[in-house]
Amino acid sequence: MLDQLLPVIFLFCVVIVFGVGMIALTQLAGFKAKKNLVKMMPYESGVPGQEAATTKVSVKFYLTAVSFILFDIEVVFLYPWLLVYSDYIKPHGAFLLGSMGLFVLVLVYGLIYEIKSGALEWD
Amino acid sequence: MGKDIFEVGINLAKVAVIFLMMIQAVPLLVWLERRGSAFIQNRLGPNRVGPLGLLQLLADAVKFIFKEQFIPGNAAKFLFLAAPVVALIPAALAFTAIPLSIPIQVEAFEMLGKSWGPYTFQFQGVKMDSGIIYILAVSSLGAYGLLLAGWASANKYSLMGALRASAQMISYELGLGLSIVGILMIYGTFDLNAMIDMQKGPLQFSFLGSEYVIPFLPNWGIFYQPLGALLFFICNFAESNRLPFDLPESEGELVAGFHTEYGGFKMLMFFMGEYGHMMVGAGLVTTFYLGGYLIPGLTEDTVRTLIATEVGAGTVANLLTALVFHVSFIVKLALLLWIFIWVRWTLPRFRYDTLMNLGWKTLLPWTLANAAITAIVLYFARGI
Repeated sequence: MLDQLLPVIFLFCVVIVFGVGMIALTQLAGFKAKKNLVKMMPYESGVPGQEAATTKVSVKFYLTAVSFILFDIEVVFLYPWLLVYSDYIKPHGAFLLGSMGLFVLVLVYGLIYEIKSGALEWD
Repeated sequence: MGKDIFEVGINLAKVAVIFLMMIQAVPLLVWLERRGSAFIQNRLGPNRVGPLGLLQLLADAVKFIFKEQFIPGNAAKFLFLAAPVVALIPAALAFTAIPLSIPIQVEAFEMLGKSWGPYTFQFQGVKMDSGIIYILAVSSLGAYGLLLAGWASANKYSLMGALRASAQMISYELGLGLSIVGILMIYGTFDLNAMIDMQKGPLQFSFLGSEYVIPFLPNWGIFYQPLGALLFFICNFAESNRLPFDLPESEGELVAGFHTEYGGFKMLMFFMGEYGHMMVGAGLVTTFYLGGYLIPGLTEDTVRTLIATEVGAGTVANLLTALVFHVSFIVKLALLLWIFIWVRWTLPRFRYDTLMNLGWKTLLPWTLANAAITAIVLYFARGI
């Protein structure tokens, strides 16, 4: 396992060095402009900015993240199951299929409930 | 990783070289995208710098380096500078696990008064036992780069773009994860190299106890999972924030989304991340559904003996054989990347609610149904 991870850690360092190096290079080589307070303002298509960046955002994003976690767990359970299923399909296929089918049905009911309750509506 | 310094050195250098190859491919893809869009929209595109405008990318890169490096006044400086690097990491890490060609056998040789080898080098960054798990885990970190960029810019357009990006990426990740459940069930492994080995030869399968062979079709995954392939490809568009799913940077509403305040090379690094995600997605589609680096009708040994009659058997013949299969992989990858570009200049952008509806109410049920039907059919094909 470490055998496979060491090159990845090495690559991670290479990417960091590349990225930081390029950003440092462009900071050094780039055109130096005089400090300009108007230019430093947040971009707002020509008129003075009205709201701060830490403005209120829709709670829908949070709701989406919560339902993502719910269904992502389903995917996480499906992955080891599918390996076992394709290995033991001959002796225990029906049992494995049935047990996973029950689990997925519960989640599908959850999805239907979520759609019906309007949690996924954007307006 | 290796038993002596030569093998370890080559294995580490390989990882870095594949990363640099990926970085090099980005300007080429930008050029292809600009020329392709010009071709589709019946105009000329960049054609002044160098033949066919090919040197345009070099000129752009030089200009990017000498641009003013602007940081907005109330931005979080460290995070603002770190975000492009964070956006670059996931694609680079994910691409390294994709097999690019057959392994190269290096025969024993003499160097510096010592005898070395024989070695076998994989034609890919790292050979992973559970490659697809690693790729899914790493590439889903891509949302962090965008979220950091949007938050650190201290601009409400950036923040809105970043929030949209993260909501969209996590929504489509469900479809992405579920659409390959069917094909993984058929292969029964997470190892990408083993999957490609299973796609050798003509199309053959067993159903209800009898064997079927179709000699004129290759044994590719797309013939077992056509719907899964399509759904997986669609989810890859959303994961790499490409049109028609580029809501995070929809210029009609959000100026430029999460990279509104970015310019110059930092902006280019976001592009590298985006194109890197495209390459990872196209590479995965190739590996799962289009036989990876395999050439239909030609086996490894045929090509090797053909080359060995020209240059003689040995390391050089093995290297050339691997290059032939690598070209096959590149051709498939390039075709898929062209489809990415083609779609971008053909379809209009989704509205945000239709985008989320497509992800949750269409792709999620369809991918689930695809997985369920595959499981049931597989039970009748292999279980009884």
